Amino acid sequence: MEENYLQVPEPEQALPDLSISSSQGVLQWISSVDHKQIGIMYLWLSVLFLVIGGLEVLVVRLQLAVPNNHLLSPEAYNQLFTMHGTTMIFFVLTPAIFGFATYLLPLMIGANDMAFPRLNAFSFWATFFGGILLYFSFLAGGAPDAGWFNYAPLNQYNYSSSPGIDYYCFGLLLSGIGTVSASVNFVVTILKFRIGSMSLKQMPLFVWMILINSFLVLAAFPSLNAALIMLLLDRQLHAHFFSSASGGSAILWQHLFWLFGHPEVYILILPIFGIFSEVFPVYSRKPIFGYAFVIGSGVAIALLAFGVWVHHMFATGLGNTVNNFFAASSLLIGVPTGVKIFNWLATMYGGAIRFKVSMLFAIAFLVEFTIGGLSGVSFAIVPIDWQLTDTYYVVAHLHYVFIGGSLFGLFSGLFYWFPKISGKMLDEQLSRWFFWLFVAGFNLTFLVQHALGAMGMPRRVYTYPNLPGWAILNLISTVGGFLMAIAVGLLIYIIVKGIRSGDKAAADPWDANTLEWMTSSPPELKNFDRVMPVKSTRPYRDYKRPEDADWKKPNKYGK
Amino acid sequence: MMKLVIGTEAMFFVSLIMAFVYFSFGTGFKTQLLHHLDIKTTGVFSIMLFSSSFTYWRAEVNYRKNDIKRLKFWLIFTLILGIIFLLGQAREYSKLLHENVSISSSSFGTSFFTLTGFHGLHVFIGLIVIGIITCLAFAGDYNNSASSIISTVGMYWHFVDIVWAFVFLLVYVTPHFI
Repeated sequence: MEENYLQVPEPEQALPDLSISSSQGVLQWISSVDHKQIGIMYLWLSVLFLVIGGLEVLVVRLQLAVPNNHLLSPEAYNQLFTMHGTTMIFFVLTPAIFGFATYLLPLMIGANDMAFPRLNAFSFWATFFGGILLYFSFLAGGAPDAGWFNYAPLNQYNYSSSPGIDYYCFGLLLSGIGTVSASVNFVVTILKFRIGSMSLKQMPLFVWMILINSFLVLAAFPSLNAALIMLLLDRQLHAHFFSSASGGSAILWQHLFWLFGHPEVYILILPIFGIFSEVFPVYSRKPIFGYAFVIGSGVAIALLAFGVWVHHMFATGLGNTVNNFFAASSLLIGVPTGVKIFNWLATMYGGAIRFKVSMLFAIAFLVEFTIGGLSGVSFAIVPIDWQLTDTYYVVAHLHYVFIGGSLFGLFSGLFYWFPKISGKMLDEQLSRWFFWLFVAGFNLTFLVQHALGAMGMPRRVYTYPNLPGWAILNLISTVGGFLMAIAVGLLIYIIVKGIRSGDKAAADPWDANTLEWMTSSPPELKNFDRVMPVKSTRPYRDYKRPEDADWKKPNKYGK
Repeated sequence: MMKLVIGTEAMFFVSLIMAFVYFSFGTGFKTQLLHHLDIKTTGVFSIMLFSSSFTYWRAEVNYRKNDIKRLKFWLIFTLILGIIFLLGQAREYSKLLHENVSISSSSFGTSFFTLTGFHGLHVFIGLIVIGIITCLAFAGDYNNSASSIISTVGMYWHFVDIVWAFVFLLVYVTPHFI
């Protein structure tokens, strides 16, 4: 090769190294099209933004710790909570989910890579630079400051003249394109790259949920993209989409945003349901209860997700007919979610449960997510919604589903798959400390916010008067927030320690059921040389226990 | 894959169309629309775009028959029709701009330019892609291979045409009847 060409190192035998400074240099990571490396990069990206978004909200919580506080100016406060929400949703939860999917999907279906490896790399880098663009706004003269759902008219130039919201639009457009292209890749990989003997009804449930989720992404993200483009036209070319002063409509933004936004919250939870549907059976040593029902309720959620968006807009006065329709559909969508909770409970029932940290998170999820689900159902009742909308009750609800649901699922998945991804075991004792610290901190922070909301404390105000009870509840919330921060610090320590000096992991440390555990830990560059024929939903277990294989039991647990 | 991309693109256009319909109920919207838009001229250019779908289909058929000479002919024909459509759109835009209808003039301008502009952008991208395959066809890339690219690009091109059918019906035709 000529000298002025850049030497791009090809990955050698196994994966280079889990740390960024690998034996082959950073360039090998940047140029990689291997699904395992890209998956790992997604996960690191998510950790990075988790720390940034967490620090932002710690400052916010400090500001709210005591009444009439002036640590932050109102402007800085607006920027920080906006960036916190946007970061956590688009650059923590989404990349973490896509990281697990990118890493595990080919392994679970017996493929050696994604259908379009280069597109896969493109998806990651689009997400990456989307996040960078969003954060560049701090340097460019001010971060976005109209909340993560960026309502009109606050998103208009007259109300937010710093370029922050333009960066919000560009950043989310770019990362949205990455998300959509990754989803296309997932669908094609699942449909075309399964090993020949694996029928759709034998796919691992995580794969099923990613499949359903990808269609959800493909249908939901375009309306966000359209809304962002319209907003950019408003701000840059003085179009009149959302400014009601000049013939536009502020409510149109809400329609377009929530037509994306409500499916988006299911986009952030369906893959998590998939993770739990892998974790519960393995640690309960039982097959999943009601395989078909998990899939069916997933499909039902995906379809209903497009019919509930107006419950974010009950307070905008759309009229009783509209409100009642969406109240009914919002109550309805609780049903398939409830079905899944019972699937997992029944999976645990009578099983020989091992309380590893991954399983602890899964069990904690059942409790916390049910609390979040119940407070969610209360919003479907229109009068309650009118009373509680835009208060801390909403904040409590959404954190119970995003943290108690999505993040707990990601932690559960992390502790379950970490040995596979890194080839090292995590310190179980310290991990338990992390679990209890985090769960305690989480409940301390957000349980009291239900009460604050019911007492009428509005969200998104930078300070509050010293009304009876408000000061102490807010202080408790702040203490809880710092407890969570300590827990996350501990988690990062555990991970780094695990990578540096953890015990070597066996190929199958949890006695699991699915194909990814057949490979070595970590997998070789080429995932599989050969895969045995899949005859049930638990192919690897069939292989390990041929005398007790699932496919020998007719009409039971998937044939 | 192309089907999935088209699906997600279709949702994108649904959002833009929804915005157009939403604003079309506003006062003065229809009068402006009827006053400024010329259904006959745009109709002629629309026929150009629709027939480009036909010519592309002929290209696909000839490719399947391995008739590379005709493939090249129909590809160029498609390109020309697409370019004529875009020129027509440019002519219409400049006329509107001269009449002081722009994206910032009113909600009619805003929604009209956004909807038709994004369609135009899709036509433009389609033309670039078809241009590339035409070059490849002349370079001999398709002489004896069973590539799926011609039919994949075809799906996209037909999709862009179908979107225009909806847009044309909605923006140009319907206001004359309701």
